[in-house]
Amino acid sequence: MKASPEGVLTGAHYLDGDHACAEGALAAGCRFFAGYPITPSTEIAERIARRFPKVGGVFIQMEDEMASMAAILGAAWGGVKAMTCTSGPGFSLMMENIGLGIMMEVPCVVANVQRGGPSTGLPTMVGQQDMMQARWGSHGDYGIIALSPNSPQECFDRTIQAFNLSEQYRLPVFVMMDECVGHMTEKVVIPEPDAIEVVPRRLSPLPPGEYLPYAANGDKVPDMVTAGEGYRIHTTGLTHDERGYPDMTAEAQDKLVRRLRAKIDDNAEKIYDHECKRLDDADVVVVSYGITSRVARAAIDAALDDGLRVGEIRLITVWPFPAELIRDLAANTKAFVVPEINLGQMVLEVERAAAGAARTIPVTHAGGWVHDPQTIYDAIREGLRGNAAPRKSARKPRKEKQP
Amino acid sequence: MSDARKNAQGPATAEPEATPDVRHPMEPFLRMDRFPHIWCPGCGIGTVVTCFADALKKGAFDLDRVAVVSGIGCSGRVAGYIKLDSFHTTHGRPIPFATGLHLSNRRLKVVVISGDGDLIAIGGNHFIHAARRNVDLTVICINNFNYAMTGGQVGPGTPVLAISTTTPFGNFEHPFNLPALAASSGAVYVARWTSLHVRRLTNSILEALTKPGFTFVEVIAPCPTLYTRRNKLGTSLEVLESYRDNSEIRHGADPSTVDISFGGKIVIGKFVDIEGKPTFLESLDAAMHRALGKDYGLGKDYYMRSAGQRALVDREARHD
Ligand SMILES: Cc1ncc(C[n+]2csc(CCOP(=O)(O)OP(=O)(O)O)c2C)c(N)n1
Ligand code: SF4
Ligand SMILES: [Mg+2]
Repeated sequence: MKASPEGVLTGAHYLDGDHACAEGALAAGCRFFAGYPITPSTEIAERIARRFPKVGGVFIQMEDEMASMAAILGAAWGGVKAMTCTSGPGFSLMMENIGLGIMMEVPCVVANVQRGGPSTGLPTMVGQQDMMQARWGSHGDYGIIALSPNSPQECFDRTIQAFNLSEQYRLPVFVMMDECVGHMTEKVVIPEPDAIEVVPRRLSPLPPGEYLPYAANGDKVPDMVTAGEGYRIHTTGLTHDERGYPDMTAEAQDKLVRRLRAKIDDNAEKIYDHECKRLDDADVVVVSYGITSRVARAAIDAALDDGLRVGEIRLITVWPFPAELIRDLAANTKAFVVPEINLGQMVLEVERAAAGAARTIPVTHAGGWVHDPQTIYDAIREGLRGNAAPRKSARKPRKEKQP
Repeated sequence: MSDARKNAQGPATAEPEATPDVRHPMEPFLRMDRFPHIWCPGCGIGTVVTCFADALKKGAFDLDRVAVVSGIGCSGRVAGYIKLDSFHTTHGRPIPFATGLHLSNRRLKVVVISGDGDLIAIGGNHFIHAARRNVDLTVICINNFNYAMTGGQVGPGTPVLAISTTTPFGNFEHPFNLPALAASSGAVYVARWTSLHVRRLTNSILEALTKPGFTFVEVIAPCPTLYTRRNKLGTSLEVLESYRDNSEIRHGADPSTVDISFGGKIVIGKFVDIEGKPTFLESLDAAMHRALGKDYGLGKDYYMRSAGQRALVDREARHD
């Protein structure tokens, strides 16, 4: 289905990532937003508050992030596309109702513009420290989808993609931005509505009486309905059967939770999105995402200038994680270099997938600034040594210069 | 049709035609395929369900356009038994969930039915803010003076001196006076009844349902299993008798005077019924019309199209 023209601001703009994310939501058809102000995500909410009234959307600033998350779930059941945005502290508060969204299988989008943590941490400065929280932050087992844009243009594009994936697979989808991407201003081209593909809600063709809210289709995703249309559905955060009725048995739990996991795992090939370069003959592969993928550029270019064989994987879909891609490469690669603005999160996935066949070298940063590309360059050099014991000096992170 | 789908139609279709006289009058409102329910004998929650269903019947509501949202607790299980679009959410969050549901789908009458712990402790912040905004919701709080589902702990409405598992020597915290909280937060309709006053409670729920804005009904109800027995208040019947003997109807009473003390008088009645205060959506619409004129998009038919909606929203049909 094509985007509805009302929300699409076709043209070339000069926007920061937060504003571009808001425009992406509008273009995707989002018409309900509930949020609570938090740096560095607030500009998303502010733009939506200004833009929504003209396109028939409802914006509400809630009393906290628990309420915001609960409200977008309710709104999605009311029949609209809904989103919220936040940063670390608010993301923590949303986790409970993100779990409800997973369990009730509610399509919606959460943009997390990451800053340095833990706790209040560095409110105005960059971090990529919520990557594992995005995967595992709510209790219980489930599959999840998270995207990581690396430019304002991508904040626009990936937000649309997030809405599409959320409708396709019926779950909250995360746009894992970071403060740098959220606050950097660049050219953003918004296409004609006809050129924007949006996934509509997968509404059941069955009439009330025949429709079962949690009877999954072949892709393990059930069709949805809208409240108020006579279906009289029941839905709950309790473990439930296909009718949506509570079923407190190990059997029902097994069936439901395995499906919630499998609907992502089994469709992962369709969900994956990553940018790969020079993987065929790479000795070292740099795996990065978000703003760090752009900082790594300088290090990779310098290494290529030196004649080193360096490949690149930029994760756009960070969850589900493309483990097979890493596994296949590991046999012919000396090392994976994984820079990220945290003390080593996605690198754990790379390491798990490489399973010892290649070295994995984290290039860590505690947050507040981006990497000095030199640290990434050094790690690439280090990686060329393969499984040899690492030099001490290369492992020690360089002291960052603050501007 | 798959086997699962066949089963979904429930035992009702499999049985031979039921003779009309054996059908329970509440059957159209209840998910009969979920009975027996989980509530204990003598519990007051079922009475509230009956009164709510009766109010729906009396008001001749289009049942396809009424939704129930509950939180977590014994009272939170109400959503599971009512045959409307029904949402059993998370502990404390039914009001914000209901807010989103209502704001995205104006044709729905959204009712929150939940417990004192759910709505006033963990969900207390949402409660006061929804009342402040005058979101068009009816909130029915079943106050059994404790956290029943988790085994009878002290709650925000537990009277001083009452025994609970976490106040084994008697509660010493000041409880909330729920009508005062609702009224001072901005609710346009505030009433309190007990589960003994079924006729008045039913009428009150009906009034609350038909009144636009944030309407609140507190229902004092026995939890024989965990509260009244532990506090030696007698059998459920005796508790209902005490509601009869100890309650005093005082319509229009100043909500700040209707505190509940242990073993003391329970003031019941309709305390607040304000006319003309604009609801959240009325205020939103007015503000946007003022600021944007005909550019305000909420009345346009594409409002709901984004999600592939079948029905278009008709602004005029808001309270149909
Ligand atoms: C976040 C969270 N905290 C705690 C609980 C455990 N819990 C379940 S029900 C409940 C109290 C319910 O009390 P109330 O709302 O008064 O309902 P009642 O059971 O008394 O009807 C609690 C604390 C939970 N489910 N979720
Ligand atoms: S524990 Fe109390 S509130 Fe819960 S069902 Fe039993 S009597 Fe009712
Ligand atoms: Mg209670």
